[in-house]
Amino acid sequence: MANPTGWKPTMNPGVDAPKAPEAAGAPAPTGLGGATRGLVHEEKLVFEQGSPGRCGVSLPRPERGLDPALPAALLRGDGLAGLPELSELEVVRHFTHLSTWNHGIDTGFYPLGSCTMKYNPKSSEAVARLPGFADLHPLAPAELCQGALELMYGLERALSEIAGMDATTLTPAAGAQGELCGLMLIRAYHTARGNPRKKVLIPDTAHGTNPATSALNGYAVVQLASGPDGRLHPEAVAAAMDEDVAAIMITNPNTLGVFERHVAEIAEIVHAKGGLVYGDGANMNALLGVARPGDMGFDVMQYNLHKTFATPHGGGGPGSGPVAVKKVLEPFLPLPVVVKDGTEYRLVTDPAERPATIGKLREFWGNFAMFVRAWALVREWGPEGARATGELAVLNASYLRARLREAYHLPYETESLHEVVFDDRNQKAAGVVTMDVAKRLIDHGFHPPTIYFPLVVQGALMIEPTETESKETLDAFAEAMLAIAEEARRDPDALHAAPVRPFRARLDETRAARRPVLRWRPG
Amino acid sequence: MLETIGAKSISDLHASIPEPLRLSRPLDLPPALDEIALLAELRRLAARNDTRHPPFAGAGAYPHHVPPAVDQLLLRGEFFTAYTPYQPEVSQGTLQALFEWQTFICLLTSLEVANASMYDGASAAAEAALLAGRVTGRRKVVVSAAVHPEYRKVLATYLRSTDDAIITVPFGPDGRTDLDALARAVDGDTACVLVGYPNFLGVVDALPEAAALARKAGALTIAVTAEAVALGLLAPPGALGADVAVGSAQSFGNPLTFGGPAPGFFAAREAHLRQLPGRIAGETVDRHGRRGFVLTLSTREQHIRREKATSNICTNAGLCALAATIHLSLLGRRGLDQLARLNHARLQLLRDALGRAGFAPVFSGPVFNEQAFDVGDAEAAVAKLARRGIVAGAPLARWYPDRPWAKGALLCCATELHSPELIELFARALRD
Repeated sequence: MANPTGWKPTMNPGVDAPKAPEAAGAPAPTGLGGATRGLVHEEKLVFEQGSPGRCGVSLPRPERGLDPALPAALLRGDGLAGLPELSELEVVRHFTHLSTWNHGIDTGFYPLGSCTMKYNPKSSEAVARLPGFADLHPLAPAELCQGALELMYGLERALSEIAGMDATTLTPAAGAQGELCGLMLIRAYHTARGNPRKKVLIPDTAHGTNPATSALNGYAVVQLASGPDGRLHPEAVAAAMDEDVAAIMITNPNTLGVFERHVAEIAEIVHAKGGLVYGDGANMNALLGVARPGDMGFDVMQYNLHKTFATPHGGGGPGSGPVAVKKVLEPFLPLPVVVKDGTEYRLVTDPAERPATIGKLREFWGNFAMFVRAWALVREWGPEGARATGELAVLNASYLRARLREAYHLPYETESLHEVVFDDRNQKAAGVVTMDVAKRLIDHGFHPPTIYFPLVVQGALMIEPTETESKETLDAFAEAMLAIAEEARRDPDALHAAPVRPFRARLDETRAARRPVLRWRPG
Repeated sequence: MLETIGAKSISDLHASIPEPLRLSRPLDLPPALDEIALLAELRRLAARNDTRHPPFAGAGAYPHHVPPAVDQLLLRGEFFTAYTPYQPEVSQGTLQALFEWQTFICLLTSLEVANASMYDGASAAAEAALLAGRVTGRRKVVVSAAVHPEYRKVLATYLRSTDDAIITVPFGPDGRTDLDALARAVDGDTACVLVGYPNFLGVVDALPEAAALARKAGALTIAVTAEAVALGLLAPPGALGADVAVGSAQSFGNPLTFGGPAPGFFAAREAHLRQLPGRIAGETVDRHGRRGFVLTLSTREQHIRREKATSNICTNAGLCALAATIHLSLLGRRGLDQLARLNHARLQLLRDALGRAGFAPVFSGPVFNEQAFDVGDAEAAVAKLARRGIVAGAPLARWYPDRPWAKGALLCCATELHSPELIELFARALRD
């Protein structure tokens, strides 16, 4: 069987996959992902352009002058000096030029492991922009926002069902805030039982947000070593588990793409000493419709809607990090929650109705526009689409693993699910490291995988193709990876110069950190 | 593909999941919809929200005109389908735009450094208080009762697991922070003072006086701004003594969308750079010496420092910050000045119209584009106007239930979207 198209409509790779270069060294005239130099514009900063007097907006004249009650000392004295003066066309060209310097999923394959860069359906973008959603004020009386509340109510229930949990809060603004929320719930739970406890157990494969979140919640972090198979073993947990441990944080599948098959036993060990099990839902993509964290002993998990439900990541957010919980944690959920009284929906915002709530995590009700996109995809999927997503994500990753394992070293032979982690051991003898491989992929027209993560693998290359890519795209990517492995053998020095095609060559990150220039300055 | 993998069936691929942990039934989700049915269903939901008039409620989410150019540029897939710019050579568009955003925030606040955005204004305020704790080593946070109540709730949630104390200082009949009470609250244990600017009541608060009190005690001043358009008219917080300026830039380029997402902003003095939370874009050169941009100073962050990070934030509100950057570029120097003056003018039209209808302001302090009016029974007024499809405002009793003025106080905003005709219609509807 071949992945037909991914669940969403066909992803055309743009060009037929060219053959790998015959000759040693030189990259193919067209990158295997279709990259050429194209027509790229140099572009100054917006502040370095324009001309005094220009303006890119059309507004009515103010009907009144300044209210004399406003003290002069509280008015701006700088005449907004430094702000640019541009026409609408200049602004449009500026940002259009900038956009052409970016690689997005719409541009090409983006196998950034753990980040789950799947196709963002255009239908989800269209519906998020309906005026009934976009122009809705968060304090609109309930009778003016029944549609929004119905949508949130439906999404909360769908997310609970998919996770195998009892209740879900949509409030957290991103996955990391979802983690923060989850640990706050755990702290509130223990505090209600008389002792917030002191420690959180975290495997060495975890995302950096896990220890950072624990510290923010006042918990000490105890790192657990994973076994030689990349899995967390019950003995390691049992040895570290005591009644000072508030919780264990587990990502399943973990960041090696490996399913933590002892999770149920681990949960029993933790529960027996009164601890709770937190699930980092970053890799939920692999389990959709196939297995549910709530059925494995997890008590709480966060989603990342941009990973599992294809809301666009936008070059750094907005995210959305709903948190699903078992019954025991429901009383502590942050506000608001949506309830249905008869046929009417309303938001519970008054702590008097939820006295045990941890309170509020962000202003208003969460990143609603992301809820609309996620709900649109849930509705488009239905139950069989959700399952196909989980299955095709694993099919695609397994296929790349099979195609690349001869050329690249697998630090863990353990079977993996939605992503696969290689390292640079086979290339290192020739002086080629992961960074070189990543940068040469750019020349071929592909976004590099996640590199140097997870930290347990030296020189990690973490590849996550997602379910929305076609076999043709995966083949072109595999050919590029194989061509780079070949180039590493024949002409390793050329790889250190990569990338050569993009508009900027390798950037000096050390200089940026040593001599920080973080803004433009006038004059 | 299965043959290459060496698997017989697609379910073999999940063999590493023990059988008892697998789901043996289909998920209980509503049935799949094709695209036509999907659009119809989402339109049905959207139609159950009444948005025919721009709301007169602000209270931290402001109705503004978003020029079509903003959204059409945002829809460039290269922007909205990109991830955090970990590979700078193929992310120069995002990185330069973030550098421009940071510059806009620095210019608007008159502070030296800014980050690449926060989840929202509320968590930015909470992270600012955490920064002040790290910088001063002190454990007391003093906050004006006129800072947005939702921001104060989030602050309380973020500080729950620390030993930090939060002291709330009242405001006077002018809607400004009570400076005598503030002077009594601020002492040698105080890490920071948070003041709204303008504050939640719409009043342009006594920021310079508050900052002077804080500085005398060695505490940082954090200015909190939910309506960033005000910074087009008002003196920048950095020039009035604020050490940190945080808030929401939703008003630039981001629609209301029921309160989220919107870009939080975070600006500070250069001395506190290494304590900033979140992503920061910085300028550098490539190997040929050409200007380029990267994410920098990441040794503050969770993926490097793990439990010692300044914050756990990673994904923030990048695309919302881009929307704000595009809108600010379109506005520019003249446009922002005009927009701010127009908002301020519309508030005066609203005050006059409501005055003629018999409704006076609740607080006497100066305002920008938002003000509380005594309408007798604010909840009843909201219910009455809801029947006409108008969001009348925010009844202040929801956040200040015990105050003598609370029952009648309705917080209303006026922006460029509230035409003089609409303002007249609103005042009449409120009176009748």
